[in-house]
Amino acid sequence: MNRSGSVAKACTVNPLKLSQPLGAALAFLGIDGCMPVLHGSQGCTAFGLVLLVRHFREAIPLQTTAMNEVTTILGGGDNLEQALLNIHQRTQPAFIGIASTGLTETKGDDVAGDLHRIKASHPELDMPIVYVSTPDYQGALQDGWAKAVTAIVESLAEPATAPIKDQVNLLPGSHVTPGDIIELCAIMADFGLTAVVVPDLSGSLDGHIPTDFSPTTIGGSTVAGMRGLGASVATIAIGEQMRAPAAALEAKTGVPVTLFDTLTGLEPADRLFAFLSQLSGRPVPTQYRRQRSQLVDAMLDAHFFFGGQRVAIGAEPDLLWTLSGWLIGMGCEIAAAVTTTKSPLMARLSVPDARIGDLEDLEAMAAGCDLLITHSHGRQAAARLNIPFLRMGLPVFDRLGAAHRVIVGYRGTRDLVFEVGNLFLANAHELYADGDLAHAGDETHGTQPCECGTPSGPATQDTISITEVL
Amino acid sequence: MDSLASTVQQVMVEPACAKNQAKTDKQRKKGCTQALKPGAAAGGCAFDGAKIALQPITDVAHLVHGPISCEGNSWDNRGARSSGPLLYRTGFTTDITENDVVFGGEKRLFKAVKEILDKYDPPAVFVYQTCVTALIGDDIEALCKAASAKFAKPIIPINAPGFVGSKNLGNKLAGEALLEYVIGTEEPETTTPYDINIIGEYNLVGEFWQVKPLLTELGIRVLSCISGDARYHEIACSHRARAAMMVCSKAMINVARKMEERYGIPFFEGSFYGSSDMSDALRQIARLLVERGAPPGLTDRTEAVIAREEARVAARLEPYRARLQGKRVLLITGGVKSWSVVAALQEIGIEIVGTSVKKSTKEDKDRIKKIMGEEAHMIEDMSPREMYRMLADARADIMLSGGRSQFVALKAKVPWLDINQERHHAYAGYEGMVALVQEIDKAIYNPVWGQVRRPAPWDREGMS
Repeated sequence: MNRSGSVAKACTVNPLKLSQPLGAALAFLGIDGCMPVLHGSQGCTAFGLVLLVRHFREAIPLQTTAMNEVTTILGGGDNLEQALLNIHQRTQPAFIGIASTGLTETKGDDVAGDLHRIKASHPELDMPIVYVSTPDYQGALQDGWAKAVTAIVESLAEPATAPIKDQVNLLPGSHVTPGDIIELCAIMADFGLTAVVVPDLSGSLDGHIPTDFSPTTIGGSTVAGMRGLGASVATIAIGEQMRAPAAALEAKTGVPVTLFDTLTGLEPADRLFAFLSQLSGRPVPTQYRRQRSQLVDAMLDAHFFFGGQRVAIGAEPDLLWTLSGWLIGMGCEIAAAVTTTKSPLMARLSVPDARIGDLEDLEAMAAGCDLLITHSHGRQAAARLNIPFLRMGLPVFDRLGAAHRVIVGYRGTRDLVFEVGNLFLANAHELYADGDLAHAGDETHGTQPCECGTPSGPATQDTISITEVL
Repeated sequence: MDSLASTVQQVMVEPACAKNQAKTDKQRKKGCTQALKPGAAAGGCAFDGAKIALQPITDVAHLVHGPISCEGNSWDNRGARSSGPLLYRTGFTTDITENDVVFGGEKRLFKAVKEILDKYDPPAVFVYQTCVTALIGDDIEALCKAASAKFAKPIIPINAPGFVGSKNLGNKLAGEALLEYVIGTEEPETTTPYDINIIGEYNLVGEFWQVKPLLTELGIRVLSCISGDARYHEIACSHRARAAMMVCSKAMINVARKMEERYGIPFFEGSFYGSSDMSDALRQIARLLVERGAPPGLTDRTEAVIAREEARVAARLEPYRARLQGKRVLLITGGVKSWSVVAALQEIGIEIVGTSVKKSTKEDKDRIKKIMGEEAHMIEDMSPREMYRMLADARADIMLSGGRSQFVALKAKVPWLDINQERHHAYAGYEGMVALVQEIDKAIYNPVWGQVRRPAPWDREGMS
């Protein structure tokens, strides 16, 4: 697997990938009272901010060191110092997270050294300040997220003398939504376990009404909670991207790590519940036994519509792994898989021609598929291909409720089975409605299911004009 | 870099800019962009500004030379509409790697241009410079020159890396690129005495389409709109227009002034927002065209259309008067928006309880006083926290602002309407004025406000 599959392209067309610094900023947004800062030009921050605002439909605290041409060449230390002082004075954050950008990395500033000097000469900056190096000409969003979490646990977590019996650390990957985190915490609570989540987007970006205005994040992991990570009896990490942060936490605190590559699907959910039962020494509560039974029933009802469907997915490695594993388990074929960055999962993925690439690659490979899954930027491709489209990942800016989509556990998987099954069903229903089913199996319709039931000429134009309105 | 530095210097001392005219020589030399304050800055960079100004050109491939952040985090997020080609909505970027940073990105850029030409065959490729590629010394001007020669297609360098300054500066640098490489390079098939340019109009949410039919009705042809719903060829021919209107404050004043200088195209500064500004715009267009030799009958026809449209708007707004009388609006918006909108809102009884003047000139402030009275509550720099308090204390019935402060209003459970560039409704022209009032009415009278302000049962008396 190389940068863009078999044909090396110089030009990325319709990017799938988001940048590393944005992933780091997102991780910092999961910390309570935080002001994340991108060390770069103010456009780096403005673009990231607009994107996250559109996805979460929430105010996003995100600042910039506002580097310009001259300060870049002379070194960014002074801008960093001014930024920290201004942020402290104007917003009094409990935590500041700084991520570098391509601009400051290209110049090669010694940011750690700068920070040391700044903190020494300004004792009023007494909040934790965590810096992470995330040049945007490397990696992708999930890499930046993982690096930021590693930096957070390395700078805050301490080994504990007395463990807290029922406390468990939860390190979600960047693909785990606030809704997923809420679901997992509730499940763990039903086993008598208290989760310390880092980063905890369910506290800050779950879309709630705070009692007063705050210029920093309005919830998330607390500094005290992060310092106490060492007192937990176990760490649960979700997603391959969290291997390094979880290992860093284990090295620092000795708390043993269990990594779940996915929590979507019957088997992965079984593994989670078995683990929690063993860890807590409690049987699986009745309502989850019932949820498992509901999921099994949903799979039986739905498998008719999943079998043989060809799906194209564009997503970051961990989300791609989660979705493709579950879909293959439902009888689908993953006909195209495009991702953003290197991951050991890609070699394990049973998808021919899976590659790091862009939405142009995905669109080319998705022709003739029954479903396209990617973030909202895929809507133009879906319209051109005229196939059903499921928005997953980040950003989802043209649908409501992205933060509350739940796909983990029995209940999350059950709902996902229904949602995707309904997309297949709706597409099949169009066949009946147009009376084209009679032709299915003969002529061209049988071999190109995506074109069935939708007379290609006018339907395509309709779709394009709808896209225009979006 | 030298040529970029001198271009930046040049647009910063733009003589036609009213702000510049009010400055002393010394102030003017310092340039027009305020130094950005680290840790307290808001808004986009010069690259963002250049992209906003040029991306509405619909048939061009817009190629961003830089790391993924610049295009990956921002593409497909601007609402300019097209009546035809959709290539402008395709995101192209060189997405440079560490290897490119070490060895230079020019090779990749050249190949990227070739790939685009092979696959999409656009009439031109615009190549946008970014901070990192500028810093490592990629010379996009030389490269575009070579590529233009090699491929016999216009490959246009847009030299506005983010770190040279603000969004506004980026708008102007984009304009400089058009002046340098595009405008005047092609000839229109025909010309008429009624040909105009509209400069600085981006056709967001398709709102220029609420204006254009009136121009068409008057026989006026938009030879080139820079850059809303534009085709490359139209911009290349724009030097043949007889008159021009400059929209959107001062963003592209350099283009308007230099086209006057180079091609003798007179221009005026106007706005399509609010009935009186809209009428004024039509009048000025007709006046300039007649001065340049169009048949004088245009003046009377224009007046007739204005009278008809103004009467229609007034009739359509009348039903809202009773519903909106005395409603209090907090207007938070950067720069010079149309005061004609403020006047129109006041006309139907809406009260403006405060307006931001952070980016306004002294001239603007005098205008505000004239329209809103001496007691006008002018807000120099209101922090989001103060804004929240003002709204939470119910000192306004609705806030009109840009998306940035949306959640300040919503979290205070106060109606909010987007009036900046990410908005979903078209407010230009006579039609737009009606749409704006309709949206204000819809927002204020939505039944959710009564529900969301209800205390939770456990917060009510008698419950714990």
